[in-house]
Amino acid sequence: MTIVTQAPVAQETSPVTDRASARAFVDTFIVPYAEAYDQAGYIPEELLDRMAEAGLWAPFLPEEVGGAGMDLVTLGEVHEEVGRGCSSVRSLLTVHTMVSWAVQRWGSAAQRQKWAPALAKGEVLGAFCLSEPGAGSDTSGITTTAVQSGTGWVINGGKKWITGGQRADLYLVFARTASSIGAFLVPRESPGVGVRPIDDMLGTRASMLAEVTFDDVRLDADALLGPSGFTAGMVLTGTLDLGRYSVAAGSVGIIQACLEASATYTSAREVGGSVLRDLPLIQAKLSDMVTDARAARLLLAEAGRLKDAGEASTIMATWVAKYFASTAAARHASEAVQIHGANGCSPDYPVARFYRDAKVMEIIEGSNEIQRITIAGQADREVTS
Amino acid sequence: MPNTAESQILAFVRSRYPQAEITGDQDIFSLGFVNSLFAMELVMFVEKTFEVTIPNEELRIDNFRTAGSMAELVGRLSEELAA
Repeated sequence: MTIVTQAPVAQETSPVTDRASARAFVDTFIVPYAEAYDQAGYIPEELLDRMAEAGLWAPFLPEEVGGAGMDLVTLGEVHEEVGRGCSSVRSLLTVHTMVSWAVQRWGSAAQRQKWAPALAKGEVLGAFCLSEPGAGSDTSGITTTAVQSGTGWVINGGKKWITGGQRADLYLVFARTASSIGAFLVPRESPGVGVRPIDDMLGTRASMLAEVTFDDVRLDADALLGPSGFTAGMVLTGTLDLGRYSVAAGSVGIIQACLEASATYTSAREVGGSVLRDLPLIQAKLSDMVTDARAARLLLAEAGRLKDAGEASTIMATWVAKYFASTAAARHASEAVQIHGANGCSPDYPVARFYRDAKVMEIIEGSNEIQRITIAGQADREVTS
Repeated sequence: MPNTAESQILAFVRSRYPQAEITGDQDIFSLGFVNSLFAMELVMFVEKTFEVTIPNEELRIDNFRTAGSMAELVGRLSEELAA
């Protein structure tokens, strides 16, 4: 295994409270090391600790549980900046955000008291366990079961492609109950939990993916999170919504990273006596990056504004933002590699990593095909006459 | 129709399914309108519009079957809030 060395320990960590402080953190502690993370296939503990020191893990949680009460527009900006630096780190942040939000939104007072402070501080890292070998975007196909036993539950089954699964301390597991799909908080150390690392993925290679298995895992009654019955699916819907928001933010970050790398490269690289940026076909690519970065950022901000206002329309706004930003990220990462030529295919420039990471954004938190089906359902609602 | 909680909820449901004819006492579950996405939107709409928080134990199907039953839930939660 390649060992990743991190920035000098003596370097001070400042709190991340907004875009500017997030950008400074990312430029200092993430950008210089992102290629190494990608090649090593993991994020070192030192960075995870620094993120905790900076208050990055769940700043949207209320102050009374140790969060900073950050609004979701700002959270989107912070996740964009992290995504600009490293999609693997942003992926870890996304799943931790999903678990933290689910506990805060759906947890009982006792569940919040038990988990929220540790999630806020990053002392407990969360992972979201939905996908299975035979069920990805099609959640109706999940086969992991949760059976009531006495006053508690017994979970059996297996989850796959679990971001952060190698490192997480707390899994939010979706399992089939007698009446619906329930959400369960499963500590990693529970007897019967197995973790198998998944390596050599195309993108987000350092996001410490794992296959997580549950073999007669016995849990207390308070492992069930949120309502039962017809609204149990809302825990999943709401949690995925926030995950989608974070992935959209990360995708905006990838577009911005492609733009910055391409602007720098085309200003220095000469072809036939001209710098690349003066060539019309290169200018066309750069202009589309500038435009789409702004458009995606605005869609994200609108989804965040609606979340902060508690508006139901945020769910569709987030679908739209994620769909637009992820497809634009994939398109512009491809163009960024094209602009860099053979250099872009090498590990000497970051755009090859952006290209691989961007493809993942079109698949996770609901594939773009599922997104388009859902967004198409909005068409009738948009008719104004 | 007066601007009651029921009429506002009904207007929201109709805005989501503009081609459907829905009345305040019709079971929206039996009409096949409710999936987890719509359920989430519905809960968010009710909480935002009527400035109430719906606790987990009130997230029961009978409270959401019709616009009328949702309006009753809103009335009950508002009374508890005022008490």
